[in-house]
Amino acid sequence: MTTMIEARNVEFSFGSTPALRGASLAIDAGEIVAVMGPSGSGKSTLLHCLAGILVPDAGEIHFDGARIDARSEQERSALRRERFGFVFQFGQLVPELTAAENVALPLLLGGVRRAEALRTAHGWFDRLGLAGLEHRRSGELSGGQAQRVALARGLVAGPRVLFADEPTGALDSLTGEQVMDLLVTAAREQGTTVVLVTHEPRVAAYADREVIVRDGRINAPDRVAS
Amino acid sequence: MSVPLTLLGLLEQEPRHGYDLKRDYDTFFGRGKPLPYGQVYSTLSRLARDGKVVISEVEAGAGPDRKRYVITDRGATEVDQWLTQPVEPEPHLQTVLFAKVVLALMLDRPAEDYLDTQRRAHLQRMRELTEVKRTGGLVDALLADHGLYHLEADLRWIETTGARLDALRRTVRP
Ligand SMILES: Nc1ncnc2c1ncn2[C@@H]1O[C@H](COP(=O)(O)OP(=O)(O)OP(=O)(O)O)[C@@H](O)[C@H]1O
Ligand SMILES: [Mg+2]
Repeated sequence: MTTMIEARNVEFSFGSTPALRGASLAIDAGEIVAVMGPSGSGKSTLLHCLAGILVPDAGEIHFDGARIDARSEQERSALRRERFGFVFQFGQLVPELTAAENVALPLLLGGVRRAEALRTAHGWFDRLGLAGLEHRRSGELSGGQAQRVALARGLVAGPRVLFADEPTGALDSLTGEQVMDLLVTAAREQGTTVVLVTHEPRVAAYADREVIVRDGRINAPDRVAS
Repeated sequence: MSVPLTLLGLLEQEPRHGYDLKRDYDTFFGRGKPLPYGQVYSTLSRLARDGKVVISEVEAGAGPDRKRYVITDRGATEVDQWLTQPVEPEPHLQTVLFAKVVLALMLDRPAEDYLDTQRRAHLQRMRELTEVKRTGGLVDALLADHGLYHLEADLRWIETTGARLDALRRTVRP
């Protein structure tokens, strides 16, 4: 198995508040890993560092065999657009756009022509059980529907890594499990590596394994990166 | 069954008379359901027969309360194995987990590590049940859900307890 994304002894502070204190984690290609741990332990900060949104104060981030934390903001931004997908707790759809346009957004940003991007986007609605909702705006979708649209947007461009931060956090348990089922099915089909932050054990149980973040460090005795 | 192991654990902390053993068991593990004397002594004689405890001194006057029980190496090994092995993740384990955590703290063992081990065992079982749910029919899915919700309750207890270990340590090791 090859490592797809890795944090090596990552430290990060918000001003004088340490959030990560030497966090190490290696995730294999195609692996789905749940990141768990108490509130405030550093889960979201770790996800943001892995995804190149935050730059660690110390330590390194490696993606697909190359170090990425030392790259420029512009290069990291391109990487996020082209190689990574994101889903957050509240779908964060663009309210002015239709559901289908929201899904097509990563493709449009990547330079795909509009007609083709929308055609690809429409293809996602059936498999997510959203057929017929393509032209609704986000305000006209239920929380569970909006989250499935957000999931489609996160996966539409075929990212190597999907970063999901509490993707079911705002949903009831049944709807949350539907979203997880779709996420896992789609990620497996595409071979997408998934970093899934959650505090819910039933959500974490969809992953291949879990790591626990505690006080900015990772507790994963089986697989700590050296 | 965890009564014999819990009694052994208390004896690992220090040798005791049967009476003290019952009192400490009732205080920490009885939960309003005191252990009958008969069960204390029958358990102790089985433990002695199996070489896990020995009777160190018989004071004048005979009678069971004059005997002091001391754990043997074999008994201590058994306590150690019991504490370090995760409990089989089935629903309704809270009392066994509770006994293990309290004993671990009394014996100054790494209770956090035991909880982590238990969490991993639970999540592994939850993964298996989730897979059943994803691949099986509705009946299988509902049965799996029943197990998942109970295991989740255990896990919540593990989290809460983990967050309060320092306070619990002060309570059981005054
Ligand atoms: N923008 C910020 N400014 C200042 N401090 C922050 C900021 N974001 C996070 N922190 C602090 O960094 C630490 C880690 O926060 P982080 O958001 O990574 O935790 P988390 O594990 O994701 O928690 P939760 O489960 O509540 O989402 C916390 O102490 C938090 O207060
Ligand atoms: Mg967070």
